[in-house]
Amino acid sequence: MNLDFSPVWEGWRALASGTLITIEITASALVLGCLLGLLIGLGRLNPKRTVIYGLCTTYLTLIRGTPLLVQLFILFFGLPHFGIQLPAYMCGIFGLGIYSAAYVSEIVRGSIQSVEKGQMEAARSLGLPHKLAMRKVILPQAFVRMIPALGNEFIALIKNSALVSLLTIADVMHEGEKIISVSYRSLEVYLAIAFIYLMLTSITTLILRRTEKVLRADGRV
Amino acid sequence: MGAAIIDIQNLSKSFGNHQVLHDITFSVQASQVIVVIGPSGSGKSTFLRCMNGLETAEGGTLRACGHTVVEQGRMMSEKNLDALRSEVGMVFQSFNLFPHLNVLHNITLAPMALRGKSRQEAEEHGLRLLDKVGLKHKAQVFPGTLSGGQKQRVAIARALAMEPKVMLFDEPTSALDPELVGEVLQVMKTLANEGMTMVIVTHEMGFAREVADVVVVMDQGAIVEAAPPAQLFTAPQEARTRRFLQNVLSRDAAPVL
Ligand SMILES: Nc1ncnc2c1ncn2[C@@H]1O[C@H](COP(=O)(O)OP(=O)(O)OP(=O)(O)O)[C@@H](O)[C@H]1O
Ligand SMILES: [Mg+2]
Repeated sequence: MNLDFSPVWEGWRALASGTLITIEITASALVLGCLLGLLIGLGRLNPKRTVIYGLCTTYLTLIRGTPLLVQLFILFFGLPHFGIQLPAYMCGIFGLGIYSAAYVSEIVRGSIQSVEKGQMEAARSLGLPHKLAMRKVILPQAFVRMIPALGNEFIALIKNSALVSLLTIADVMHEGEKIISVSYRSLEVYLAIAFIYLMLTSITTLILRRTEKVLRADGRV
Repeated sequence: MGAAIIDIQNLSKSFGNHQVLHDITFSVQASQVIVVIGPSGSGKSTFLRCMNGLETAEGGTLRACGHTVVEQGRMMSEKNLDALRSEVGMVFQSFNLFPHLNVLHNITLAPMALRGKSRQEAEEHGLRLLDKVGLKHKAQVFPGTLSGGQKQRVAIARALAMEPKVMLFDEPTSALDPELVGEVLQVMKTLANEGMTMVIVTHEMGFAREVADVVVVMDQGAIVEAAPPAQLFTAPQEARTRRFLQNVLSRDAAPVL
């Protein structure tokens, strides 16, 4: 077996621009997923508010119970039937963001519920209204506890983003496949792509570890 | 004695179908120190937590600091409860300091958010309160680095920062190592001497004897007896009080303070 990486070197510009697109899409989906996930997680804190709780639970069930690829195809091929034509790039961001939000929401809910009950009681006893207590006392503590699980979710998102290549988006996966189609060097190119994803996930892990360490300094929870 | 700060008429409270408070009638006058004692599960915490609306009652009437918290079994609105709570300080057994904020910010959070105080104003006041509880030098550290006694003193300062009309304490020294109990009781004594109105659930009988104006004995969700300590500890009227005191006093013969 002889490996020939020259198509990878020759196509480095395309791979680099694909990597940038992957980062852009993942980062945008991440922001969307976190915001949406926060709302849905908060919405599922109180089962007594049946409408909000019901809507959020339905969202969770639908998104977690179906494949991401199918969701992406519904956005990309399905929505145009209703006259909604989103650019592929947008479909990628929305699809990944919506998917990720479901998982983020469970992380948010779990870490909020892991903050001791006494914290909310102490805040309310000082006279802080519920929302303010949530924002000033509960969420900052919950956030630190979320980081490890959010990190795993970010990494899953980076890897899952390879699926958007199927929506004609020129991400690193897509660029790699274009190189393969002219060079027939599939093993080498896939190895190169795997390496690029590995770099992205490793850097993410590193940044998150640092962040958590800083946030946990000084004997804070 | 001045006007009643807390006035309770026929208060009842259940968790599900388990009735925890039975028809309690009691009032707290300005500057009074009330100590509540009684066996575990007798409803002391629940009684105390009703006074700042942390527990909802479904029978009777409870007025505190000019607010009608419960009227004929109906709770006041959440929003009015917030106003009430800002005038009632609460200190918990487990301190419940905010671990993500340093000591000073634990204290300034509520006054800045609710009283519209500037940071400078709130911090100056906070430092004075820390000085009062002997912890000015700890203003910048995080609660995780403090001893239990120090945590509880910060918690007291945090409650005082809202300039409450009454302070509620739920077993403030029960989670502390014995050698740290004294420093917290000392702070509470100072408050009592300054005329702070206080309701204190505690097992510290020495403290009750020394500081309380009225000692309330609770059992099975009802007030068994309420009397000044001199009377209650030397000549209890009720058999249940005698039995409880015997149990407690034989258990901790060790001196307090
Ligand atoms: N949140 C709750 N849900 C259901 N039952 C409760 C709840 N809180 C308290 N209880 C019950 O109410 C009764 C009174 O409890 P409470 O905590 O007021 O007693 P206490 O006198 O403070 O006891 P302790 O000395 O152990 O703190 C107990 O039987 C307890 O099991
Ligand atoms: Mg209790």
